[in-house]
Amino acid sequence: MAMAWVWTGMVVVSVVCALLTGRGEEVAAASMEGAAAGVELCLSMAGVMCLWMGVMEAARRSGVLEGLSRLLRPVLRRLYPDFARDRQVMDLVSANVSANLLGLGNAATPLGVEAARRMSLRTPGRASDSLCMLIVCNTASIQLIPTTVAALRAAAGSQTPFDILPAVWLSSAISVAVGITAARVMARLWRA
Amino acid sequence: MELCLAMLTPGIMAGVAVWGLARGVDLWDALLQGAKEGLQVLLRIAPALVALLTAVYMLRASGALELAGQLLSPLLERVGVPVETVPLLLVRPVSGAAALGVGAELLSTFGPDSPVGRTAAVMLGSTETTFYTVAVYFGACQITSSRYAIPAALCADAAGFLAAAWATRLFFGG
Repeated sequence: MAMAWVWTGMVVVSVVCALLTGRGEEVAAASMEGAAAGVELCLSMAGVMCLWMGVMEAARRSGVLEGLSRLLRPVLRRLYPDFARDRQVMDLVSANVSANLLGLGNAATPLGVEAARRMSLRTPGRASDSLCMLIVCNTASIQLIPTTVAALRAAAGSQTPFDILPAVWLSSAISVAVGITAARVMARLWRA
Repeated sequence: MELCLAMLTPGIMAGVAVWGLARGVDLWDALLQGAKEGLQVLLRIAPALVALLTAVYMLRASGALELAGQLLSPLLERVGVPVETVPLLLVRPVSGAAALGVGAELLSTFGPDSPVGRTAAVMLGSTETTFYTVAVYFGACQITSSRYAIPAALCADAAGFLAAAWATRLFFGG
């Protein structure tokens, strides 16, 4: 439903703007161009996307997910002190983070949602500090190989679509750190 | 450094393949299964991309994006974010497909290896569809009082955008 508003808003703004600036013909042409570009984009992204999802699936089956989860568990316990002793929740959370790191979004979301559901059982209807932290961590991107973005750059003709990796890692790390800090600080403010 | 980076992705592929074979994984099947999932993901987002790229192209042609950029440029220039990325900042937290559409448009207009193109790509790679994610999680747990989850998540997004612009300058100059 929300998307209907977003889309309608975009189209109405362009039509109004086109009338005001006298760019009606350009907008009419662009509407046809955009539709074709959507299909072309999917096709030109397909190669890199499929290849990397295949590689990541192979990594998952080779036990990389479990290995990562084990490495992350001690760190994550400190992030979720209320659930540090809850084995099931910590297993779900560390698997969720590992799947996010590997870019396995389809696997990460059900794991995270299940962890969130179990967390919410203690405080029904109200987001606890741990649940807020889990959501903040899931709304920040921590993907090690940003497959879709690389596919997008390859589709646009970049020779080295992966050369942005260090920049992505750095800015992801900053974003996650700020999110965690904000959640910690706000947890104190909201207590009152 | 450059060679390391260039060899990173082929290196990961080789590493995963050797490790997988050593662990007795049906590597070929995994590759094909993942690729199949990739096609399914594309198929799932294709209809949204068609609709949203149409809207994005219309916005661009109408001059609305330049207008928004001009309005926000004094603020963005101060924090070092390229003005051209304004549409991306606006749609990123709301819709993943729309962000992808805007990103694709920026990459094809300015070039994937231009400062604007790289900044847009780094922004896409280091942020998430915040409102969608929040909706999924709160919906699943039937949360009515979300407390500070959304403001904290938006702090992370804002930091991601600023950091993306800064990190792109750091690694690629300009």
